[in-house]
Amino acid sequence: MNTVTSLITGQLLPAAALQTVDLHATLGVAYNQRHVLQGVNLTLSAARWTSIVGPNGAGKSTLLRALAGVLPCVGDVLLHGQPMARMAPRERARALAWLAQNGAGEASADDLTVYDVALLGRMPHQAWLASPSPADHAAVERALRQTQAWDWQCRPLGVLSGGERQRVLLARLLAVEADVMLMDEPLANLDPPHQADWIALVRSLVKQGKTVVSVLHEITLALMADEVVVMQQGRIVHAGSTHEKAAHRALEAVFEHRIAIHALGQRWVALPD
Amino acid sequence: MNTATLQPPLTDARASASRPLWLAVGLVLCGGVLAVLGLGVGSTGLEAVWNMLADPVAAQIVWEIRAPRTVGAFTAGALLGLAGAVAQGLFRNPLADPFLLGSASGASLGVALALAGLGVSPFATGWVVRLGLTGAAFVGAVLAVLLTLALARGVQHTLRLLLAGVVVGVVLGALTSLVTLTTPDILQAMQAFMLGSTGFVGWAACGLMAGIGFVCLLLACGLSRLLDGLALGEATALSLGLPLGPLRAALVGVLAMATGTAVAQTGLIAFVGLAAPHLVRAVVKTTHGWLVLLASLMGGVLLMLADTLARGLLAPQELPVGVLTAVLGGGYLLWLMRKRVG
Repeated sequence: MNTVTSLITGQLLPAAALQTVDLHATLGVAYNQRHVLQGVNLTLSAARWTSIVGPNGAGKSTLLRALAGVLPCVGDVLLHGQPMARMAPRERARALAWLAQNGAGEASADDLTVYDVALLGRMPHQAWLASPSPADHAAVERALRQTQAWDWQCRPLGVLSGGERQRVLLARLLAVEADVMLMDEPLANLDPPHQADWIALVRSLVKQGKTVVSVLHEITLALMADEVVVMQQGRIVHAGSTHEKAAHRALEAVFEHRIAIHALGQRWVALPD
Repeated sequence: MNTATLQPPLTDARASASRPLWLAVGLVLCGGVLAVLGLGVGSTGLEAVWNMLADPVAAQIVWEIRAPRTVGAFTAGALLGLAGAVAQGLFRNPLADPFLLGSASGASLGVALALAGLGVSPFATGWVVRLGLTGAAFVGAVLAVLLTLALARGVQHTLRLLLAGVVVGVVLGALTSLVTLTTPDILQAMQAFMLGSTGFVGWAACGLMAGIGFVCLLLACGLSRLLDGLALGEATALSLGLPLGPLRAALVGVLAMATGTAVAQTGLIAFVGLAAPHLVRAVVKTTHGWLVLLASLMGGVLLMLADTLARGLLAPQELPVGVLTAVLGGGYLLWLMRKRVG
């Protein structure tokens, strides 16, 4: 809500990449129905890295799916000011890329090679029946090199370890070369050196003007972002800079004060309390 | 510098890209060898093939009986292999079977009704004669798939589609049993249909299966990139801008057309549709574009092999080809299961 009010005050703010207006979403049917998003109003600024954090079941992944346009929901999502529901699917897919949680149904891609998986990221750019262009191959090579997956391009996805697999799926997302990138638990299964690589990569993407939104459950890593969105029970509790005291208090509150956030040099560290 | 960086990876990519091509060439060669064997298996052996020009009886045996049956086995197997690859891609399940949408039970019911209707009244007999058993099987298969689609309320939900397919399969299977029980005369003919046979395939049926197989293959190849996208999960496919609804409808259409045609001509041949894509994947890991083509070739070769064995193993007795495919396919799956678990 903070970002919305600051928009109204007319301060010099970066343009919004994504905006939601009174977003509601339910999961399940009939008696098992659960309101996972309960009126989410959120503005995500362009060329920034935003982390979405909150306890289990707060609706973080659901919000990301709603932002990606892959979940039916009530309310509006605006991509660069345009209502996303009215955009052509391929046009939307070129502007916005989404990385699903690891293990969310990509097991049937086990027989595809790493290269073929990354090449799928180019689908929004390719005409039906057209073979991949040199630009497509160049984008795939760039993406696979960025995640250090280029050396196994010929291996089937099924033989890779969890972390290696995650890097290939990340390369698939990068290959889209979209302006806005949504990543659900991108650091799952990654070892610390590759987590550090990912953070460096995200920072360089943001410098190039890309918008990155990530759901992270590791609070210390989430606080390395530019902005943080704190969620609880399908609502936004706080949204703002990761350096604000208010953000830290909100985080501690949604985790029932079982964590405390401490300063460590220029960074913030969340420790169990 | 490690060895991985010394090796130019593109050479690797090209080497692995040519593997599907080699498998295709290998399968075509196997098909050729099996075709010669298929023409030669019978009471008069390969001599009939050599004597074709001189002896009109030998020519008739080879050209009118053995050749269409061998070509028919290939085309029916190819249709089932293609349908298997499409079903496994569409349902994102390596154990999906081309008969999942109820086409097999629909075809059985169609045949049972046609057989039972024969001789009930002059009117019914007239219809059965006009439609033929293959016609009845085809109509039954198509109606069953339409019923599955209606019960699943379209193609939007894969799980609903699968469950509806199971329900239609069970209910139509029960109806078939009921019809068979009330008219015991048709028991033997029904059993023959259920086991599947390539014995009654003529040139017209071969032409029909080849034509429909060609159309299905073209459509499946055209949709193969979308099947690749679907492999990452439906939500990811959606986020890539793929039109999931029309895509699923087209794939279900291909599936229904391929299985309906094969079942109508050769009866219920088990396991070919399930095993063919598996065998291809065991040899090469590739995209669906290659997979649908290779699974078609593999299905054709498998059924030709089963047909040749069915005719040759207990000669002059002939085994129903469906029994052989079931034994071979079941054995293969068991081996696959042990390999996975072990």
